[in-house]
Amino acid sequence: MSQTTTEDTTTTGASPAPVAPRKKVLSEGKKAERRLGWLLCAPAALTMIAVTGWPILYSLLLSMQRFDLKFPDRTEWIWFDNYVTVLSSPYWWNAVWVTVLLTVVTVAVELVLGMSLALIMHRALVGRGIVRTTTLIPYGIVTVVAAFSWRFAWTPGTGYLAEALGGDPVLTEKIPSLMVVGLAEIWKTTPFMALLLMAGLALVPDDLLKAAAMDGASGWQRFIKITVPIMKPAILVALLFRTLDAFRIFDNLFVLTAGSQGTSSVSMLTYNNLIKGLNLGIGSTMSVLIFIMVAIIAFVFIKLFGTAAPGSDDGGKR
Amino acid sequence: MAGIGGAETTGKKWGWGLLNAVVVVYALVPVLWIVSLSFKSSKTLADGNFIPREWSLENYQNIFSTSEFTRALINSIGIAIIATAIAVVFGTMAAYAIARLDFPGKNLLVGVSLLIAMFPQVSLVSPLFEIERSLGLFDTWPGLILPYITFALPLAIYTLSAFFREIPWELEKAAKMDGATPGQAFRRVIAPLAAPGVFTTAILVFIFCWNDFLFAISLTSTEQSRTVPVALSFFTGSSQFEDPAGSIAAAAVVITIPIILFVLFFQRRIVAGLTSGAVKG
Repeated sequence: MSQTTTEDTTTTGASPAPVAPRKKVLSEGKKAERRLGWLLCAPAALTMIAVTGWPILYSLLLSMQRFDLKFPDRTEWIWFDNYVTVLSSPYWWNAVWVTVLLTVVTVAVELVLGMSLALIMHRALVGRGIVRTTTLIPYGIVTVVAAFSWRFAWTPGTGYLAEALGGDPVLTEKIPSLMVVGLAEIWKTTPFMALLLMAGLALVPDDLLKAAAMDGASGWQRFIKITVPIMKPAILVALLFRTLDAFRIFDNLFVLTAGSQGTSSVSMLTYNNLIKGLNLGIGSTMSVLIFIMVAIIAFVFIKLFGTAAPGSDDGGKR
Repeated sequence: MAGIGGAETTGKKWGWGLLNAVVVVYALVPVLWIVSLSFKSSKTLADGNFIPREWSLENYQNIFSTSEFTRALINSIGIAIIATAIAVVFGTMAAYAIARLDFPGKNLLVGVSLLIAMFPQVSLVSPLFEIERSLGLFDTWPGLILPYITFALPLAIYTLSAFFREIPWELEKAAKMDGATPGQAFRRVIAPLAAPGVFTTAILVFIFCWNDFLFAISLTSTEQSRTVPVALSFFTGSSQFEDPAGSIAAAAVVITIPIILFVLFFQRRIVAGLTSGAVKG
């Protein structure tokens, strides 16, 4: 039986006629299932491909042209000159370092804070509902709204934080600005990290922890030797999501510094070249370079994941 | 607050109450600050006090009297609702197929949507800017709805297929054995079981669309399709001598209201949706 069905699936298109009636019923069912599957997935797949597939190729093409909307008649094919321009620009490298620094620092702090928050939400004896509800507010709030709240808080004269700390205009210097941006980013995204980690915490069996406690393991030992290893997949997923997300930082920077004093991230710099400078060639080159960097980050993480990659269990289960 | 009641019984509860209070303060202070700012009168706006010394509604009156804000609010609501509806319908169909059917190309679809979830959105902005300009989609609703659907779909597919895998599908068979038609089995048995997952996904997708800033600022240029987050960043105050902070704060509070409502009423669902999609998916 199973043999005939596999045969059928391999030869469906070629010769459907000479199959015995009973087998034909089976293969019809199989075919109908496939057709239904494709039909149901088609709208989602086509939309995703139409909105990302062609534009990705198009940005590759654009990145190899001199294409400035202010001087459209000087458009010409220049191969990799844009890449040379971007990669030899100090602004680009500054933006890369700012982005990497913000990503590493914020994600590291978020991991520690998020883990504490996850433990609080998981173990709280009282008020668990209140904590969960309030931590969802930073997650849900519009990033631009939160960014404005931070900006006004640090504005001398207007803001409570600026007043409390002596009224120095922190958002006019590079390092203090970046610290404020990092703070805003950490405030907004720690709850998301905590929720992902909390899902991992739920997988740690209580009996195991109790047994270890009976054997005399301290709270810290139990955390490091039992909880963390079991949670490892959840930690890696949370880190991957947050790292890729942090790498595209834009909204907070746009509102808080607009990229002044050398605080541009790569997304901010691309936006400035593209929408403010109307330079499609350079903007697209930066887009392609960001895409490559993100691909490298994702690749490294997925190497680390091994079988724990999100989506990998879809093939096995159905 | 919750800790005070337990204080007499155990010190542990006190500790938890204190920790909870820290978390609540952490989460709420920036939100309360922008609310406070929005209620300050123009005289006291720049006094640096956390609580308004003089409460007033003038900031709200100001923003609702300009089309700059009201038009943006209509755009935000319309675009987010349409994009959410389409993404959830497409996502439900695809997630059903992924969870229930066997067909070649399934893993490819899962892989592609994972790729899109990780995709740096700014990389799409430059080509979309040029493509939408040539197709006449630049600065229109569909011009924003299309990228929103695309980036919401991976989220919808993951969350929904995780939910769909939990549904006891044997119930459908059982209903049919008892004489229900496929249509009845779907309506009476499966749809009620699937509805919470679909609803949760809709909330998450709506929050995503409502939050977007990068596409909205890059692919629009006029009031015609500008959404509130973008309009906020362009507020200049009704006269050049006026500090726009009050108007920005009031508009910010208005677009935070739906988020607060979702969080208050659907806290459990949002947590379930976020965690199931990301960890099991």
